Amino acid sequence: MFWASYLLAALAILLAWPAPIALSRASWPARAPFTAMVLWQSIALAGGLSMIGAMLVWGLEPLGDNLISASSGFFDIVLNDRSAQTLGVIHVFAISAATLLFGHLVFTLALTFVRIRRQRRRHRDMLNLLSSPAADQPATLVINHPAPVAYCLPGGARSVTVMSDGLMDLLSRAELDAVLTHENAHLHQRHHLLLWAFAAWRSALPWLPTSQLAQRAVSELIEMLADDEALRHVDEQTLMRAIVIVGAGTLPRAADPLDDPLADETRFGTTPGADVTGGTADAHSTAPRLRRLLTPLPPLGRVQQALALSTAGLLLVVPPALLVAPELLG
Amino acid sequence: MATLGDLERTVMELLWATPEAMTANELRDAIAEAPLGEVGRELAVTTVLTVLSRLEKKGLVKRERDNRPHRYKSVTSREDHTAELMHEVLVTAPDREAVLARFIGSVSETEAQTLRKLLGGS
Repeated sequence: MFWASYLLAALAILLAWPAPIALSRASWPARAPFTAMVLWQSIALAGGLSMIGAMLVWGLEPLGDNLISASSGFFDIVLNDRSAQTLGVIHVFAISAATLLFGHLVFTLALTFVRIRRQRRRHRDMLNLLSSPAADQPATLVINHPAPVAYCLPGGARSVTVMSDGLMDLLSRAELDAVLTHENAHLHQRHHLLLWAFAAWRSALPWLPTSQLAQRAVSELIEMLADDEALRHVDEQTLMRAIVIVGAGTLPRAADPLDDPLADETRFGTTPGADVTGGTADAHSTAPRLRRLLTPLPPLGRVQQALALSTAGLLLVVPPALLVAPELLG
Repeated sequence: MATLGDLERTVMELLWATPEAMTANELRDAIAEAPLGEVGRELAVTTVLTVLSRLEKKGLVKRERDNRPHRYKSVTSREDHTAELMHEVLVTAPDREAVLARFIGSVSETEAQTLRKLLGGS
């Protein structure tokens, strides 16, 4: 069953480098954000699975010709103290590496979950003290701050959307509606679960190009999905104006301390303007969102959509199939 | 029945509105006097102290320990707390990205300038 482990390794490499790079450069995801999102998820999942699977299958090779019989042989050694002479050092190393990688991924996922939950709870605590409910919108809070800010804080039944009164001053009623439907779409479509999974994937394997590309692509795609939802209530012009106004005003103008209550340098150690621009590596560009609103492209054709979705499905079926295939074939 | 969260909010609002430090007794009296919704009635001093110690743990309230009874005051103004919270929202570190979803993510300076020009031109 060596060939199965080599195929899995090849798949792991394909999904770690060329596939995510190609997908991140493709232009069609803007025309089918949902499909692209599904594809990203299956690339991440299948990538992890084939990475672990390749090492496991290779390491267990002397014990059986597929994962099921090999694992039972392995447990025989561990539990019943059978001789492990068939296993070389290199096999033990591969099995350990697979186990460690699996543990690392699961552990990081759990750790990220706990960290995010703690930060959200703390944030909600502060909001409870500092904000007041919006007059005519349920589950919406208003906070007194001059910068035009809007965001949603997920938390099950306690999910809220937060607006600053700076935002309410700048935007018209329709533009505010656009912002609110956009944020509510994030909450309804549970985008925070995607953000969580891909943030964990990135902190588990930060050196892997796919984990960074995937996180960036996913945060861009959820904005497009939320924009599409907003477009069911307002027209392109309104949403575009809202994006432009908020985008232009989001950056605290450090030059004007009166405009910017954060300019108290001693408090934060640095000017907020420097902080915000300093993080441009992760700045989510508004350009792709504006581009698809300015010149709406037709949605991706049915055939291409089906092709992308079946690729995603195939990616999820192939690694597990390869783990047990030698038995089925032989 | 008021939740602890509501009580915390009431206490903080009183402390933010009062320049001097207050004792738990003074706070209880102020809560009883002010028509602050459900919160007002029959608060025991121990409840106020519980709320104060929770707020102290969260770094919102500081206690003056020189003499008893202890006097409490807010660490900083409401505006400063808001500014700090919004700073957290606006400055997206990669490890905070999944905590909340902003309408517009971090915008680079050049991008913001382009957007301002767009606004001016339209």
